[in-house]
Amino acid sequence: MTRPNTFRSGPDERGHFGIYGGRFVAETLMPLILEVEKAYREARADPAFEGAIREQLKQYVGRPNPLYYAERLTEKLGGAKIYFKREELNHTGAHKINNCIGQILLARRMGKKRIIAETGAGQHGVATATVCALFDMPCVIYMGETDIARQQPNVFRMKLLGAEVVPVTSGARTLKDAMNEALRDWVTNVADTYYLIGTAAGPHPYPAMVRDFQSVIGDEVRVQMQELEGRLPDSLVACVGGGSNAIGLFHPFLDDPSVQMVAVEAAGHGIDKGPLAHAASITGGRPGVLHGNRTYLLQDEDGQILEGHSISAGLDYPGVGPEHSWLHDIGRVEYVSATDQETLDAFQLCARTEGIIPALESAHALAEIVKRAPKLPKDHLMVLCLSGRGDKDIFSVAQHLGVKL
Amino acid sequence: MSALNDKAVDNGRIARRFAALKAEGRAGLVTFITAGDPDLETCRAVLHGLPAAGADLIELGLPFSDPMADGPAIQAASLRALHAGTTARKTLDLVRGFRATDADTPIILMGYYNPIHAYGVDRFLADAIEAGVDGLIVVDLPPEEDEELCIPALKAGVNFIRLATPTTDEKRLPAVLQNTSGFVYYVSIAGITGTASADNAAVGAAVDRLKSRTDLPVAVGFGIKTPEQAANIARVADAAVVGSAIVTRLADGLDADGKARPGLAEDVLGFVRELAGGVRGARA
Ligand SMILES: Cc1ncc(COP(=O)(O)O)c(C=O)c1O
Repeated sequence: MTRPNTFRSGPDERGHFGIYGGRFVAETLMPLILEVEKAYREARADPAFEGAIREQLKQYVGRPNPLYYAERLTEKLGGAKIYFKREELNHTGAHKINNCIGQILLARRMGKKRIIAETGAGQHGVATATVCALFDMPCVIYMGETDIARQQPNVFRMKLLGAEVVPVTSGARTLKDAMNEALRDWVTNVADTYYLIGTAAGPHPYPAMVRDFQSVIGDEVRVQMQELEGRLPDSLVACVGGGSNAIGLFHPFLDDPSVQMVAVEAAGHGIDKGPLAHAASITGGRPGVLHGNRTYLLQDEDGQILEGHSISAGLDYPGVGPEHSWLHDIGRVEYVSATDQETLDAFQLCARTEGIIPALESAHALAEIVKRAPKLPKDHLMVLCLSGRGDKDIFSVAQHLGVKL
Repeated sequence: MSALNDKAVDNGRIARRFAALKAEGRAGLVTFITAGDPDLETCRAVLHGLPAAGADLIELGLPFSDPMADGPAIQAASLRALHAGTTARKTLDLVRGFRATDADTPIILMGYYNPIHAYGVDRFLADAIEAGVDGLIVVDLPPEEDEELCIPALKAGVNFIRLATPTTDEKRLPAVLQNTSGFVYYVSIAGITGTASADNAAVGAAVDRLKSRTDLPVAVGFGIKTPEQAANIARVADAAVVGSAIVTRLADGLDADGKARPGLAEDVLGFVRELAGGVRGARA
């Protein structure tokens, strides 16, 4: 494979990152996808749009959030110097809001009147309901019945924020089914509705657009690390569900060859425990086409999509954003995985050593740091994307630890 | 017509069937069932009975776990078929079995891209031709992705039937029609299968618009549930497509465990006969 001059120029005009990405949607949706693409292209060229996003991120989301030196964890692991990018301090408690601010401003520019979204753990649903409340737009969130049962606090949060939460009863009743149902809503309500996708996946231009809105994470890390250490970080570590926090951290550094990048998928009970035991699309899946793009998928031999498993509802999506599939194939980013058990251990370690309860999603990335940091020299600067806070997860963690709340 | 369209595409069973319908001065009935729904045996019984019940063309759904353009009826049919162990290979076996008994009724496989992608495009096309498949409708392959399957299919001699929708504007229409062959499938509503029904006058206008741009026959589907609605469509289009209503009739014949009750196939075929009556009497 030839090495491109830059890793940051994708996608091409048809939405391809190498062989991945594209626009695999029904004809009814195609004109809408093209409309979103055009509107986004125009918005990006408009300094007022950029300015409006900056303003909201500063005043409403609370950016920039700190790049925090995790001193006790660093001492405990005895190797690399560990920094946390504190996305969990954002309003609504995760990185998801960065994308929602960008997309809702785009939807308004497009004159759309109604917002729909899918959610798994409920973090994206809460972030979407939040921006819809802020901008006074009706909001419908599709959520699998299984996820509704295990994420009750977030369901209530969305309702408090004025969103309608529609339980999805098709398929396995989790995130992929919620996405199917949101797409069904969109084809039915083409004229006034904007689909606010929550991760760097879906048909072009969503993977690129969500990446751009999340790149504020990496952009800030670049500036902050310069201020703190006077140089670039040596490695970046993030968890991957659909891949939005990871690509947001990585993208600004893709062309800095000295910066190593590691993305952590959910290994669930273990990748060797069979295709239904994990949610690691890249490590344990193969390329296919779902939800508008070609990418690595969990699927059986006949191309039927499999339901992944992870302790974290935000990572058990059977696909991954197409740019990650490409970055994997060309070897720019290393894709690894963490099991439920490793994640639970890292979750507790972080709580006790740093006084931060991380989201279970982010704890997957922490689990990788626990493996990696001790083997590295003390001057190795490692950045972890602490993508969200763990309040939403305390019930499932208690259950796994055998504690009755 | 595009240079890619060789004899098999322009002159296959689909073209011959529409020519015959035209000669008869009537519209056709296109029926949809999902392969392997509710099980391979029952599906085979329905499939083999369709031509005699009045189906002029047959759409056979290639089951997929995530049918995002379909409503509840066809979603459920797809899941039933998958639970019954239906695969792309078994779907092609069904077609092969049908072909042994019927050399003329066109069969169009309808579904989503991933099962074909997983099978391998070239191998799938070769096996589909060998089994006796005449055309493909792949919902999540718009003209923007023609290189994936549409162009290989045309080269191999399999019709690739495109969907045109109420959102397909004048600007897009040429792209939608460009590599389409066999017929054009006009989706009469913006939405999923088995839900709303379109207004007849609007459908007529849309069909006229398509007809002014292509010589291909135009079939209309989505939301046709009764013989009367099928007759209305048959007055303005070259064919009426009925899917969810047939699949729902089939689901009504299942017992509490999802097993086919005796007489299910006959009941479904009886309904197809009523639909065919509507279509055939429409222009009388
Ligand atoms: C805190 C947190 N991190 C990560 C993710 C995974 O999403 P992505 O891979 O798009 O960052 C989620 C999804 O719900 C999340 O809530």
